[in-house]
Amino acid sequence: MTLLPELYMLLFSIIFLFLSLGKNKIALFTAARGLALLGFAVALACSGARGDLFSGAYQVDFFSQVFKVLLSAGFTLIVFMFEKENEVENLPEFFMFLGFSTLGLMILVSSAELISIVISLEISSFSLYAVVPLRKAQTKRQLEAAMKYLFFGAISTGIMLYGMGYLYGMAHSTYLTDIMAKLPQFLSQPLGVLALILTLTAFFFKLSLFPLHFWAPDIYEGASDATTTFIATIPKIAATALLIRLAMLASFAPAQLATVIIVLAAFSMTLGNLVGLVQKDVKRLLAYSGIAHAGYLMMGLLSFNQEGNAAVVYYIAVYLFMNLALFYVVMLLSRRGENVSINDLSGLARRSPLLALTLAVAAFSLAGIPPTGGFTGKFFLFVTAFKAGHLSIVIIAAVNTVISIFYYLNLVRISYSRESEDLQPLYMAFHEKVLCYLFNIIIIYLGLLPFGLIDLFRRAM
Amino acid sequence: MSPYLIMNPFGFPILSTVIFLPLVGVLFILFLRDDNNIKITAFVAGILTLLFSLVLFFNFDAGTPLFQFGERLPWIPAYNIGYVLGVDGISIMLIVLTAMISPICVLCSWKAIEKRVKEFMICILLMEAAMIGVFCSLDFILFYIFWEAMLIPMYLLIAVWGGPQKDYASLKFFIYTLFGSVFLLVAIIALYLVNGAFSIPEAMFKGYSFQFQFWVFLAFAIAFAIKVPMFPFHTWLPAAHTEAPTAGSVFLASILLKMGTYGFMRFCLPIVPQASFYFAPFMIVLSVIAIIYGGFVCLSQTDMKKLIAYSSVAHMGFVTLGIFTFTMYGFVGAMLQMLNHGVTTGALFLMVGIIYERTHSRQIYDNAGLGKFMPVYVGFFGMFAVSSFAFPGTNSFVGELYVLISTFSRSKITGFFAVVGAVVAAAYMLRLLKQIVWGREDKRDLTDLNVREFVYLTPLAVFVLWVGLFPSPFVRIMENTLVHLFMQLDKFSH
Repeated sequence: MTLLPELYMLLFSIIFLFLSLGKNKIALFTAARGLALLGFAVALACSGARGDLFSGAYQVDFFSQVFKVLLSAGFTLIVFMFEKENEVENLPEFFMFLGFSTLGLMILVSSAELISIVISLEISSFSLYAVVPLRKAQTKRQLEAAMKYLFFGAISTGIMLYGMGYLYGMAHSTYLTDIMAKLPQFLSQPLGVLALILTLTAFFFKLSLFPLHFWAPDIYEGASDATTTFIATIPKIAATALLIRLAMLASFAPAQLATVIIVLAAFSMTLGNLVGLVQKDVKRLLAYSGIAHAGYLMMGLLSFNQEGNAAVVYYIAVYLFMNLALFYVVMLLSRRGENVSINDLSGLARRSPLLALTLAVAAFSLAGIPPTGGFTGKFFLFVTAFKAGHLSIVIIAAVNTVISIFYYLNLVRISYSRESEDLQPLYMAFHEKVLCYLFNIIIIYLGLLPFGLIDLFRRAM
Repeated sequence: MSPYLIMNPFGFPILSTVIFLPLVGVLFILFLRDDNNIKITAFVAGILTLLFSLVLFFNFDAGTPLFQFGERLPWIPAYNIGYVLGVDGISIMLIVLTAMISPICVLCSWKAIEKRVKEFMICILLMEAAMIGVFCSLDFILFYIFWEAMLIPMYLLIAVWGGPQKDYASLKFFIYTLFGSVFLLVAIIALYLVNGAFSIPEAMFKGYSFQFQFWVFLAFAIAFAIKVPMFPFHTWLPAAHTEAPTAGSVFLASILLKMGTYGFMRFCLPIVPQASFYFAPFMIVLSVIAIIYGGFVCLSQTDMKKLIAYSSVAHMGFVTLGIFTFTMYGFVGAMLQMLNHGVTTGALFLMVGIIYERTHSRQIYDNAGLGKFMPVYVGFFGMFAVSSFAFPGTNSFVGELYVLISTFSRSKITGFFAVVGAVVAAAYMLRLLKQIVWGREDKRDLTDLNVREFVYLTPLAVFVLWVGLFPSPFVRIMENTLVHLFMQLDKFSH
């Protein structure tokens, strides 16, 4: 029971491994969707599971189960969103790799020991390295993206291992609990801070936090829409989970670490938003928006308490849905799998009012305008960071919100107020409409009625 | 139950009804296809909201300064955020004004809006709900959500149905307002960390340290000064007004600008009184600059809408002047001017919209000399124009008089400059009026007001004369609240 979601994910991947061997491509989507939905149900059913495995290296607690539900919800939605057979080559393999990657991330959120962290992170990363080049539409760009992702990913893992080496040397243990318990002693030395920062590098990389953000725009642009959607959301959830687990184990608020986080967060959001202003490709734009959001997320980690961690989880949940919504609009717009530029959005409100509405809701949510979830999440982050005494980062984030509205609003403006020659109505199938409505409802729900979920997250911390 | 809130005496939550009735209208509209039915539904929703707001108005107890028709539900207990609504003498008239203006906006767009009628009416109703919500909220977060949610439909009104430069105008409007709002949010969080709750009345008159008040006031003032808009934050206003469709301009002038001054009265004065006293000289100087600067800029305008937009800057200067002179007369004058400006300037924008539908031009010269062809139109126009420069017998005279008395009692020089501004107002409005009535001799084929236009202008005209000749019912309804505010402020002034 404790390992059921992970085992199910493994099963999912293996099924598609076998399907990829055969020639029969019929009902592949139906199979994937059905199985993914079942996986979500399994994750939900196992949310009450508790347990310690492998002498404490693997912890199944409410915290990890909440994240597994989130991961599996995101995975299921992506499987449902994705449907262009002509966009991705080798469809069964594609599902298999996504499954393996999600499996790795599910293991990651339960890991409480350095070696299992490394292994789970690598399971997830290697699957993604393989997925990035699986795109039909463009040939050179996706290969460039794949190479970059592989190299940068490998280097960041290397740096993490280097940092872990130091941590082990200092704490004489690979268990996070032991390391965090001894942290106060060696955080006073520069080496201690360095070791911790180096270890966190791989997670900052996944989150695309400054200064490990530079891969994001190229990979977002080069990979197929579905792959980008996955990379932009699911690994970030797991990386956040690990950062929170570390913050939970820290029994005090280390001032040196807080300073580092503030600087990284400030640079990340400012850089992301400023560069986002000039982007023409929607996916590149979203990459910079992701860099900025990684900065916002860091604000919640500053407080090192239950309230702050719950705010971070809330924000990453909102982030998942608003990003999925925006990527879905991109996917439906580019039926042939080409990249969507900002100008392709013109006349969208005429061509498909529902899609334009989804775009608007998602963009306003990313910008943090009420009554969307983006506002509520950001508000929680502001409160906790302010409460912890970090007014400076709150003001920087507030100003950044204003900068970012410029390019989010641009998306809405072009889709609503600019006319285009192509006035062909966009045909949307029934389930596509349902999915759009679902995203809109979830984003507004998270904005207006956060009380149940935030209490739940607080209990999980 | 609580010291500041009188619970709702009705069997149903009346304030929620007023807020959410327009949203019910939106729900109906979503399922309609025919443009005519959509317009009728929007109008009916607006009228129903108006009726309920009148129920509020007639049941309002003017004898108490407390918040009435209170509703209170926990909303996000983890952060001590509540769904708390209530109305006092400051907000009751603004709610009625909003409910009155909204159906008028539907009527004035009946013919003017041809494309995407459905979305347009949805935007209008969303605006109405959010605006009434702002005036009813007694919880900072609830207030902030309504305050920001208003931006989205307003943005769309300008960006989709606006004039040729709509892109520039709508973006400028949004970014300017949002820039102010984020500081408002920071100030709200700061107050929460001190008080432990987001309740607005509980944050009032707490005697915070001066330094704290100083920064909170600055954060509040940026948000509200942009919304008012005070000089030098006014540059978004002419652009937005000029490019917005008529209904958008009317909403902007009548209600949105009032949110800034409402914010000053509801938040700045009671929550950070000492800082308000400290900053009052600066605010007064900015107000006087706005009055005179706005007036002179108006003199050189050739676009009717731009002229009225800049005159708004000057008129709102009178409101902030009234607030920051800190006398009873000043407060009453400011409140009256808020209503008067809402009615008069809103009406003037309607007049521009009406003539624009006929001549497709907003230039004064193109619309000059209408006296012979459109006597009824010119009659209404003349009335609103003289009301705009505070001619005795019209509503603005009463409000401006109150403000001027208050200003002279504080500082003769400031009063002198304000009077200069009032004279300039007469100059530009009479210039406009002269051009519109007699400016050209040639014959043109123009039809006078139709029944629909006559119907929606009449209530505004009645209001102009009523307040001009017999303002006491309006003064009485807000008096107790303002006296209470004044007394409390007096305690904190030393």
